[in-house]
Amino acid sequence: MSSVAKVKTTPEQILSLPEEERSAAIESGKSPIVLAYEVHKWYGNFHVLRGVSMEVHKGEVVVIFGPSGSGKSTFIRTINRLEEHQKGSIIVDGVELTHDIRNIEKIRMETGMVFQQFNLFPHLTVLQNITLAPIHVRKWPKEKAEEVAMQLLKRVGIPEQAHKYPGQLSGGQQQRVAIARALAMQPKIMLFDEPTSALDPEMIKEVLEVMEELAESGMTMIVVTHEMGFARAVADQMYFFESGQIVESGTPEEIFTNPKEDRTKLFLSQILH
Amino acid sequence: MMNREPKQYDTGEVLPPPTERYTVLGWLHKNLFSTWYYTILTLVTLYVLYIVVKPTLNWAFTQAQWQVVVVNLRLFMVGQYPADQVFRVWIALHLLAFTAGMAWGIFFPRARRIGAAILLIPLLFAALPFISNFSRVNWVLFDVFALLGWGLAIWRPQAMRRPLLVLILAYFPILILLIYGIKPILRIVKTNLWGGLMLTLLLAVVGIVISFPIGILLALGRRSELPIVKLFSVLYIEIIRGVPLVTVLFMAELMLPLFLPPQIKIDNVIRAMAGIIIFEAAYMAENVRGGLQAIPKGQYEAAWALGLNGFQTTFYIILPQALRNVIPVLVNQFISLFKDTTLVAIVGLLDLLGIASTVLAQPEFIGRQREVYLFIALIYWVFSYAMSYASRRLEVALGVGER
Ligand SMILES: Nc1ncnc2c1ncn2[C@@H]1O[C@H](COP(=O)(O)OP(=O)(O)OP(=O)(O)O)[C@@H](O)[C@H]1O
Ligand SMILES: [Mg+2]
Repeated sequence: MSSVAKVKTTPEQILSLPEEERSAAIESGKSPIVLAYEVHKWYGNFHVLRGVSMEVHKGEVVVIFGPSGSGKSTFIRTINRLEEHQKGSIIVDGVELTHDIRNIEKIRMETGMVFQQFNLFPHLTVLQNITLAPIHVRKWPKEKAEEVAMQLLKRVGIPEQAHKYPGQLSGGQQQRVAIARALAMQPKIMLFDEPTSALDPEMIKEVLEVMEELAESGMTMIVVTHEMGFARAVADQMYFFESGQIVESGTPEEIFTNPKEDRTKLFLSQILH
Repeated sequence: MMNREPKQYDTGEVLPPPTERYTVLGWLHKNLFSTWYYTILTLVTLYVLYIVVKPTLNWAFTQAQWQVVVVNLRLFMVGQYPADQVFRVWIALHLLAFTAGMAWGIFFPRARRIGAAILLIPLLFAALPFISNFSRVNWVLFDVFALLGWGLAIWRPQAMRRPLLVLILAYFPILILLIYGIKPILRIVKTNLWGGLMLTLLLAVVGIVISFPIGILLALGRRSELPIVKLFSVLYIEIIRGVPLVTVLFMAELMLPLFLPPQIKIDNVIRAMAGIIIFEAAYMAENVRGGLQAIPKGQYEAAWALGLNGFQTTFYIILPQALRNVIPVLVNQFISLFKDTTLVAIVGLLDLLGIASTVLAQPEFIGRQREVYLFIALIYWVFSYAMSYASRRLEVALGVGER
């Protein structure tokens, strides 16, 4: 019943390396920067993740898609420990996620996350939203944090909104601020959980453009999305989730032109009209 | 929630919304006599008002002897506080006016009209016929200081933020030092001489200010994952909320000495303050918890995902939003505390109500209960109404951004 791990690397292979060699192996692409190995999770008696395995190498863009309730959000949220997995292992940037709070904090510093509902801090200005974590977590001086924040706002195309509050921005602008906020921590991995599903159609494009630019800049990205145009343009690997398992994976080419599983075909035909 | 950029539609002129205009008769008809049962209701209400108000006014202007209030005005205001030291109370008030003016200028720069209306109140006091010239000058000075603070804030809103914060934080200790005294500079005035409206206000302010941080800690404790902390907070909150304030006050008067070494004698006022703080902290905790519960889970998750730890998440993200949500509730708590402080008269303090009984014991004013109680009721009403009015405006002001 549980799918066999379709990953080449085992946790031991990474963890047996000494610290310095781990990062070298990740840099060179020999080891994955994110490894999920046979990950299981339950909500009460409900088995929501049933042996999910995935490896993502540095600079790769991975797209996760699948029906509602299949566990996509749950999975992506285990990677930065917003959800706790109960079986299997997750190794991010050479650090294994355990109950050790220091490991969790280390991993959260190296991963940025963008949420469906933006989750900007409504009591802070755009600039303060972006500089908060660099100042208090990375301990940067305020001037440096603000300089970086302004560069990022330029990059996502809204430098003129720096002193507004989130409530004064459109949804698309808010999501671009959220991306800038995550990038300000200079993470090695970016996680996106349906970043465009709460947006009006005319704003989806502006957010996707930012994400595509980010992908082309070499950022490692794990993206839950049903924007198949985005997937086709920038994804290296695609994973189809159903009932807490990865049913099929492959390059966009393979998934779109030659899906092997009937369930994948059916789902794709539904979302591609 | 989403404010799009205004688009340039070419729709001709902008029209103001139609305003309803009535003649006096039209207004009367619409609001008081529109149907037969409204007419009856209006007439009955008018009649009840008539039979209550007429004798009251009649009494107030023809029979009542307001001498008792005029003669004892200082007693009502500051109790037995030495007359030659009352200037210290005024200094405290002026500093308060300055701070409040500054805060007003920074936080509500556009609410000029309400501000001006508030400034009228001290001027009204200054115009009262029976107060001393010293008080008259001071009421005017009160407004002058308020305007000074406001002007500074309007002039340099950004630069004044930090001084304002310092003032707010320092105000409380300064207040206590001013009223109580510091050895070589200001004569010590023992707390048993404190009384009247001053004591009432002090008890309420001290009660709220000190119970505020305690209440925040209790509220956080109640949501804590540490079982001992959580248990303590829950027990404290639920036990205190289960008993009336009077019993807590009696407890503070009678039991506090048990916890302290016998050579330390604390006076009645401090004990009453302790009782009030203990009591208010429990309610404060529940109010703050209400604010905490209103914060969506996504706020925590966004903070954690950025790498903020639990402490940073609480203090930079959650508490600021929660506290902003509960400001109106806290003002209401302050108003009820202000009225509840009358209970300290039962444990022998000379707050407004306590002073009332001393005044009534003066041989020349025996039997003047009506005048005295009506007067202090009026004071309570004026303060409570002013505060609840301010809190409603505050709610509106805070709601404006809806951020
Ligand atoms: N906190 C929770 N407690 C219990 N069940 C939960 C909880 N969170 C999610 N679930 C359940 O787990 C399943 C997977 O949820 P998840 O949010 O991961 O799905 P998803 O693939 O992201 O779906 P969607 O496309 O709707 O976002 C769903 O059936 C959901 O009802
Ligand atoms: Mg989801």
